[in-house]
Amino acid sequence: MSRSIRRIGIALIFLMIALLVNISFIQVFQGDNYRSQADNKRVLLEEYVRERGPILVDSEPIARSVDTGGELKYERVYPEGPMYVSATGFYSILYGATGLERTENDVLSGSSDLFFFDRIDQLISGRKPKGGAVTTTLNPAAQKVAWQGIKGTIGAVVAIEPATGRILALVQSPSFDPNRLSTHDTEAMRIYYNDLLNDPSEPMLNRPLVTTNPPGSTFKVVTAAAALESGRFTPSSLVPGPAVYDLPGSTKTLRNWTGADCGPKGMVTLIEALAQSCNTAFAWMGNELGADALRAQAERFGFDKAFEVPLRASTSEFPANPDEPLTAYSAIGQYDVRATALQMAMVAAGVGNGGIVMNPYLVQEIRGPDLAILKTFEPTEYGRALTPEHATQLQDMMVAVVDHGTATTLQGITDANGNPVRVGAKTGTAQTSPDRPPVAWMIAMAPANNPTVAVAVMIQSPGEAEVSGNAISGPVARSVLEAILQQ
Amino acid sequence: MTMAEPGFRQTVRLTQPTRRLLELFLIACGWGLGVLGTLQVGWTTGEPLGQRFWITAAVVGGLAVVAHLVVRWRIPYADPFLLPVATTLTIIGLVMIYRLDVAAAQSAERRNETPSTPDVYAQLTWYAVATVLFLAVVFLIRDHRRLQRYTYTCGLFGILLLILPLLPVIGSTVNGATLWVHVGSFTFQPGEAAKILLTIFFAGYLVMTRDSLAVVRTKFLGVGLPRARDLGPILVAWAVSLGVLVFQKDLGTSLLFFGLFVAMLFIATQRRVWLGLGAVLFAVGAVGSYFAFSHVRVRVQIWIDPFAYAQDAGYQIVQGLYGFANGGLFGTGLGNGYPQLVPFANTDFIVAALGEELGLTGLFAIILLYGVLIERGLRTAVAVRDPFGQLLAAGLSITMALQVFVIIGGVTRLIPLTGLTTPFLSYGGSSLVANWIIVGLLMVMSHRARQPVAVQHSDPDALTQVVPITRAK
Repeated sequence: MSRSIRRIGIALIFLMIALLVNISFIQVFQGDNYRSQADNKRVLLEEYVRERGPILVDSEPIARSVDTGGELKYERVYPEGPMYVSATGFYSILYGATGLERTENDVLSGSSDLFFFDRIDQLISGRKPKGGAVTTTLNPAAQKVAWQGIKGTIGAVVAIEPATGRILALVQSPSFDPNRLSTHDTEAMRIYYNDLLNDPSEPMLNRPLVTTNPPGSTFKVVTAAAALESGRFTPSSLVPGPAVYDLPGSTKTLRNWTGADCGPKGMVTLIEALAQSCNTAFAWMGNELGADALRAQAERFGFDKAFEVPLRASTSEFPANPDEPLTAYSAIGQYDVRATALQMAMVAAGVGNGGIVMNPYLVQEIRGPDLAILKTFEPTEYGRALTPEHATQLQDMMVAVVDHGTATTLQGITDANGNPVRVGAKTGTAQTSPDRPPVAWMIAMAPANNPTVAVAVMIQSPGEAEVSGNAISGPVARSVLEAILQQ
Repeated sequence: MTMAEPGFRQTVRLTQPTRRLLELFLIACGWGLGVLGTLQVGWTTGEPLGQRFWITAAVVGGLAVVAHLVVRWRIPYADPFLLPVATTLTIIGLVMIYRLDVAAAQSAERRNETPSTPDVYAQLTWYAVATVLFLAVVFLIRDHRRLQRYTYTCGLFGILLLILPLLPVIGSTVNGATLWVHVGSFTFQPGEAAKILLTIFFAGYLVMTRDSLAVVRTKFLGVGLPRARDLGPILVAWAVSLGVLVFQKDLGTSLLFFGLFVAMLFIATQRRVWLGLGAVLFAVGAVGSYFAFSHVRVRVQIWIDPFAYAQDAGYQIVQGLYGFANGGLFGTGLGNGYPQLVPFANTDFIVAALGEELGLTGLFAIILLYGVLIERGLRTAVAVRDPFGQLLAAGLSITMALQVFVIIGGVTRLIPLTGLTTPFLSYGGSSLVANWIIVGLLMVMSHRARQPVAVQHSDPDALTQVVPITRAK
């Protein structure tokens, strides 16, 4: 009988092997397939069970995980809600993550290679990994006034520290409440998300980084930079600025917004042309310099490049091959010129920073679960847009815009001690298409020759026929400048 | 059995090591594993362990040491691996049952409900009862050959126990299968006890009839077939299995008994034709019941595509699969997974819970522990000197192996899911006690197999021991 017992034994070994092979198949090879099943509640629980690290502004969390004591352990909470949405994004179990929640997920979830030693500790103790913290470059005061300024409009604000490229304010309007997308009530989350999707004002759009609009007259700063860089013009050069400019090679004409000549006998200095935002002078200048020179200047400010701050911004564009009439329109920021608010803030910052454009960035530090600093981000140069000399000239031209030009709302700004501060700026209005409301722009920087802040405000103003950057975007820009200058 | 060259045997056998120290060491390892596991559960879930934990650990350790000491005293030559492996599996089961208790308690706390009574202390009590019965086997059944006298009694009681759940008043149906018996507040699964009694019956019966069953007369297509009148026993076993399936809707038990009988028939007769015949009958029964009985059909359909029934009938198996997937190669670690999401996680689906938290590595270890248990059982079967003992030891090992295969295979979707407990691991007294009795029987037999002749002679029972063999032959 021993022989048949051995044979049965061998058969039983095969049964055990079949079990082992099958279990390997399920646990290892089929694992991902099972994990991706929609009704797999474990994935949801696994997401929430980790204590996700906070996103900080000046060591105050703008996103953090709160222990609810429930089955789904941690809930993501955004204390300031809609105010910081352009930076934080949302973190949703159903709809994924956006913003810093997405780009910094490795750090926040604790799976970053920076946490090597923490992870070894977790491996041994079997404890759940705890996420690291991300400190942003944002300035809470600037962020707050920017949000209060554009709340209720359709628009965006970006403020940059010109010398470093640190993003000080990043605000969108309309915004949404990210708390309602990270709630444990998935049904409420679903309803809210669908409402946001169906809202025609697109509240989930990251307007400061993603929305591009014609920059309008604010682009004249770029055209002026190209004029100075060409070596053929100085701020005091006289250029033609008639009431009506006959577009070359076309029967069409281009008019000044005032309907009058910009200077005596239709001639105007470059500095006055910028101060008065003289369309015909800059249209003429565009054709004088040519589309290629304008594009080259625009690209030195950051056009035609997608920046990652680390959130990916849209590419600002200068049209590829405009003919003469269209070059004239492009020179005043109309036609197919498209810029993000981030890009226009970079233009103001670059001029203020002696001509050097810094790469914009939003993340200052990465901290471990114990809040020890693991990595600090240093400023990096994008490139030089202007010589220092031309930059100083352009700064003074932008100051003229405030002192006796179109940006009168920025007059009389003082620092914390009440001392007057020289502010450089440029207004802009752009008609995108007849069916879309015009866009009011304001770019500014201060103190003009050594700015600590550069700002771009972009507001789409529905229902108003005449939109002026000064009246609509000016007050928002002013409050942001003051918030930084008066600290 | 000849007693030639007694002097030679004596000298060789006397050096046979008892290896009881190895046994104690392995038991200590299993106990330590349980302590560490429970500490980890406390650590990861944040549940304070307190005094109760150390008392429990002391009780478990005490039971294991008492079992070891009695083995050392009464059956010192018993296989040194059986007791530690069974103890370790029981302890792993206790740890996982405790872990699921914690999950249930925390869940109740969150919902502001009163937590249900923890299962782990009930299981601990059952482990104590099991140890007592294990020791009873060691004390009372000094010679397994005495069991052969009760062949038909065992057969009768085995069948009675099988049909017990069908009786009104005491029988009850849980989750669609009628395999429980209620007496007062006391419930048990008589199928677990029937398993042992029927194995004894099969062994005794086959020892008596194997010579005639081994006769092959008719040749059909070149294959030697048994005589028609010898087909009786296998047909009866088949019919009884089908009866269990039809009336109790218990696929697992049905499969277990038929597989056990066919395997023992093959061992007894050494005729492969019985295996073939068994396979044919199984196929006929399986296909027939698929078409005849809706509950069988449902099981098979869930097996083929559990995700189509993910929200109803297939919920349990799908959740189990998610658990396995969540565990991956190394598992989430005890206390870090969600085994409580699987219904009946501490009974039928305890393997899914273990797979989630201990991972593929943990499950390999557990299945290898079963492998060791079965291998040691079969080794005992080969070493035992009487045919009844050989059949009994082999039968008990096969029972264990088939049960492990059927339940783990079912939970992991290798075969359709059937309701069987996982030996030693599952929460439930009947199963734990029955499997410990099996370990007791195997150890008594292995002691007799490995016992040196000289000791045998000094044993007062030695003379009577020779008698049953000659009588049985």
